[in-house]
Amino acid sequence: MRYADRLGLVLALPLIAGFALPFAGLRPNRIAAPVAEWLPHIFGWPAAAGVALVAVAALARSPLRLPLAALAVAGWLALLGLGASRLAEDAPAYARVSPGAGFWLGLVALVLLLADALARRKPAPVARLALLAATVAVLALVLRLWPDVSVLQEYAARRASFWAEAQRHVALALGSFAAAVVAGVPLGIAIQRTPRLHLPVMNVLTAIQTVPSIALFGLLILPLGWVAANVPGARAAGIGGIGMAPALVALFLYALLPIVTNTVAGLRAVPPSVSEAARGMGLAPRQRLLRVDMPLALPVILTGARIVLVQNIGLATIGALIGAGGFGTFVFQGLGQTAPDLILLGALPTVALAFAAQVIFDALIDLLPGRRP
Amino acid sequence: MKRWPALVLLAAMLAFLLRPALFVPLLAPLAPEGAPVIYDRAGLLSLTLAHLALVAGAMVPATLVAVALGIFVRRPAGEAFLPLSRVVTGFGQTFPPVAVLALTVPVLGFGTWPTLLALFLYGLLPVFENTLAAFSALPPSVVEAARGTGMTPRQRLWQVELPLALPLILDGVRTATVISLSTATIGSVVAARGLGEVIIAGLTSQNLAFVAQGGVLVAVLAILLAQGFALLSARLR
Repeated sequence: MRYADRLGLVLALPLIAGFALPFAGLRPNRIAAPVAEWLPHIFGWPAAAGVALVAVAALARSPLRLPLAALAVAGWLALLGLGASRLAEDAPAYARVSPGAGFWLGLVALVLLLADALARRKPAPVARLALLAATVAVLALVLRLWPDVSVLQEYAARRASFWAEAQRHVALALGSFAAAVVAGVPLGIAIQRTPRLHLPVMNVLTAIQTVPSIALFGLLILPLGWVAANVPGARAAGIGGIGMAPALVALFLYALLPIVTNTVAGLRAVPPSVSEAARGMGLAPRQRLLRVDMPLALPVILTGARIVLVQNIGLATIGALIGAGGFGTFVFQGLGQTAPDLILLGALPTVALAFAAQVIFDALIDLLPGRRP
Repeated sequence: MKRWPALVLLAAMLAFLLRPALFVPLLAPLAPEGAPVIYDRAGLLSLTLAHLALVAGAMVPATLVAVALGIFVRRPAGEAFLPLSRVVTGFGQTFPPVAVLALTVPVLGFGTWPTLLALFLYGLLPVFENTLAAFSALPPSVVEAARGTGMTPRQRLWQVELPLALPLILDGVRTATVISLSTATIGSVVAARGLGEVIIAGLTSQNLAFVAQGGVLVAVLAILLAQGFALLSARLR
């Protein structure tokens, strides 16, 4: 086992499949069945062998695995773009080149390899933020090579609406997140101080979580429609049964449980000796809460906030079903038209956004004073 | 734990499934004029059973695979995969269920299969995470004692470690089951049979009575199943 470790050997399987299965599919039009294209067919055998060599070098056991894996991932993505342009050259105007099973499997293998190499280095929080920024920069460069990949063609066809939906998506996720923090933290503090309230509040919040998202979004149409019809000024403020308002309220309701639970857990974890010492120093209850208890509970509360933000970014896609917009619009349109590229156009940014939110939040939590990464 | 609220809920659900006509006055205000109050394109009972079958069909294999993987990465043979598996479980949860579902459709087509696969993948994470946590939380003294009595590794696993880890693993299964009950409703967007069908029909025909009956049925199922799991793990502890 000098040249290979178990991980490299296991990941070699999907990578081999990545070479053996079609790398891309060429379709005569947007929804037709694809004609399979293999990597050597697209680039010729010498180039394909070169690619395989880099991949094998990254799989081998060596101190260079991290840079090699990073290079391989970026290279794999670039290959799809270059290959798509090459295939599109001799194809009719309406033809689409979309990623094939081989591309996806190879990408998964290489990304897992990269993730493992990164995890073993245990990067510090600032380094993680820098890595995220570097990833975004590399992706932006790679996507410039993708003008002939079907997903980007879908994007080019609806550039303006893509960014409008992106804004709505972020507004839905961040707005409900902010509201849940503003309401949830005081609620957590309150029920931690009055144990009588604890069980009923938690029961209600847990029950809300069990209502499936599409139903909760739908059920809020009724009360918000009533508000719009009966409260003066509500309709002018954009509150209505359909659109952003019910989606924001639904996301807010789902977000409350993790925030309240973690606020209570964080406050409970404050050592009694510390609270006693603060009392002994003559701090008033409010000062104790703000200067002693809350700072100590902050990491746990922020963990709850992270869970909520990541969850809301994902759930906001459902908002599209009730006309709230967001990336879900493309997902559901794509499902309706059986256009996989359109589904990807909605799903990939959502995943990227949730991923980035998780990295940033985790790094911030680790950067808090008194925390060791 | 008080049991009667769960029993009342169960009775109400069964009454609704077997005699939906009794609940018409309750739901009628939500339905538009002249529209049906109770979902009539398929029986609610059979949709509920289909929904449960979908969740069970994904959760049983997910539990088996996740527990096996969790045990594997804690053994010497699988240690090489521990750091990676932690990263994957951490970031796997950033994949929204809709995205998982939508991304499996191009591969598997419409119908039950993409939903089953999405529920399976989504169910792996909580169970795997809890299996890892359960095995890390085993008291070292007990494991040592088992080793001292001359048990083989296999005997230690089946007779000592797994029984001790089971309650925490069950908590993971409970979390995953509740999530997949709700996620399975989204499966109806890709034509999987289940209670989501009722909700989607309500959303598209603006019939909130449908949305309410589908949503509340799923919520009640989730609460009852969570109670059942809590009862089971309390008995095991």
